[in-house]
Amino acid sequence: MVRRLPEFLMIWVPLLLSAAHLISFSIWTIWISFTPSTLIPVSGWVGLHNYTAVLASRNWQIAFDNLLLFGIAFVLFSLMTGLVLAILLDQRIRAENVLRSIFLYPLAVSFVVTGTVWSWLLNPGIGIEKLVHDLGWTTFHFDWLVNRDMAIWTIVIAAVWQSSGFAMALFLAGLRSVDADIIKAAQIDGAGPIRTYWRVVLPTLWPITITVIVIQLQFAISAFDLVRALTNGGPGIATQLPALVVYDLMFQRSQLGRGAAAAVLMLLILLAVLLPYAAWRYVQRRQANHA
Amino acid sequence: MRESSFAPSRVLIYLVVSLLAAAWLAPLVVVVLNSLRTNEEIAQGSMIGWPQHFAWGNYALAWGGFCVAESCNGIRPYMLNSALITIPATILSTLLGAVAGYAVSLWRFRGDNWIYGIVTLGLFLPQQMRLLPWTIVLRDIGLINTLTGLVLIHTIQGLSFTVLFCRNYYVAIPHELIRAARIDGAGFFRIFWRIILPLSPPILIVTVIWQFTHIWNEFLFGVTFTTGQQQPVTAALIALSAAVADIPQHGVQSAAVIIAALPTLLVYLLGGRYFVRGLTAGAVK
Repeated sequence: MVRRLPEFLMIWVPLLLSAAHLISFSIWTIWISFTPSTLIPVSGWVGLHNYTAVLASRNWQIAFDNLLLFGIAFVLFSLMTGLVLAILLDQRIRAENVLRSIFLYPLAVSFVVTGTVWSWLLNPGIGIEKLVHDLGWTTFHFDWLVNRDMAIWTIVIAAVWQSSGFAMALFLAGLRSVDADIIKAAQIDGAGPIRTYWRVVLPTLWPITITVIVIQLQFAISAFDLVRALTNGGPGIATQLPALVVYDLMFQRSQLGRGAAAAVLMLLILLAVLLPYAAWRYVQRRQANHA
Repeated sequence: MRESSFAPSRVLIYLVVSLLAAAWLAPLVVVVLNSLRTNEEIAQGSMIGWPQHFAWGNYALAWGGFCVAESCNGIRPYMLNSALITIPATILSTLLGAVAGYAVSLWRFRGDNWIYGIVTLGLFLPQQMRLLPWTIVLRDIGLINTLTGLVLIHTIQGLSFTVLFCRNYYVAIPHELIRAARIDGAGFFRIFWRIILPLSPPILIVTVIWQFTHIWNEFLFGVTFTTGQQQPVTAALIALSAAVADIPQHGVQSAAVIIAALPTLLVYLLGGRYFVRGLTAGAVK
């Protein structure tokens, strides 16, 4: 036993540390969300009070509406852009590797950096609007960043720019794995390239599409850095998102109980996306095993 | 679909793809050009323009002379912080992940599937669920507002990724190889050193690149658990833009942004293939 101690430690210590922190931290945060904790964690029980308080707050309501709009628009646009890029790159074009690297490089850079750069480009005073004005078109308007109703769309723009390369990479892998014989068969049947894509190739991409949707939604739900660097939730609280509400409650307003409740609400939103996905994966795997 | 060729519309394809590529490069080009323009020049026009004369001084200021909060040492100390967090955390999480991934994939033991399942839950759990507990743990062990504290967090949290990557790779190694070595009397570590590690470079490169970019780019933990001089460069960049909000210094700020992004951009340029493999490995869980 003593001889096997080092191996025992090397296997179990990292695995147990990882598993134990995940479970104990989650349970602890859930517990705190039911206590009257404010500046410091305290015991006690307030039932769902923190949850009702968060759900009733204007901050959370705006954050939730924004998340719905941002999540749906971001996922749709990044899927479409990613698919278009993948189909274009699949046409045996020159310099494919260089182009692929160009569409993927934003993923290697932090959201803080890209958010900062986009905040300059979209700022009407110094960015694209100012450039167009300087070029002579003085009635041009592009002030979404400072416009309460449109600011959330600037986050969509930056997020789509940052992440469509990811969808492209997965779609491209899918396109490349389509059986060449099926394509030939379709062409022999007289199907043109567009028809072949539409009827034969694209339907095979469904499993990839669903995976991409789930991962992008997961990103949207926990989006923090990008918003922090691009709009910091503003103007006012027009681009508030759940992750910013949690941070605000926990570390700026010292409302630990409510912050924990908001974090648990984020987890629930995430589970609403992940559980159906897990069920779908389970069914798929069972079908594959039976076939 | 390599077989197809849209001969008549190829010009159109090249046109569209070039326009898109230009749009994707534009932010990078803009920030590079601005890092070479003076603050006055940018203030007179817009962020988009060609430098009248190259203001290389922006880089010197951004690196070592610019004021962030109270100190005027540029972003150099924060770059150093990020390196001192990222390098040890990347090495530690990769090594531990390799051993643990090897153990759960090839060295079956009671409960291995369960514990592996729990560890991979870490890929999904929102960071916000872990912020408060980490604050308390770091405070209790005296590591709040230290680089060591961030190394600890990134090492433990990184295990979810590194164990997943390594386990999925090691599962494909023929079990006969391990069985034969065990019959010859080789133990856990001997098999790891002699058989597993020599087979591992491809997955270790993916894991290192993935962990390095993730930890370098991380912001939430940096801003939550450290303040002032202890912050990583991502947090310093946000502090910098808040500090110069009144008197815009976009030239110097652009140079700072480039410097902060350079390490991960270089890693991406040098190991792009492995970066993409990590991306897709993380996707097909």
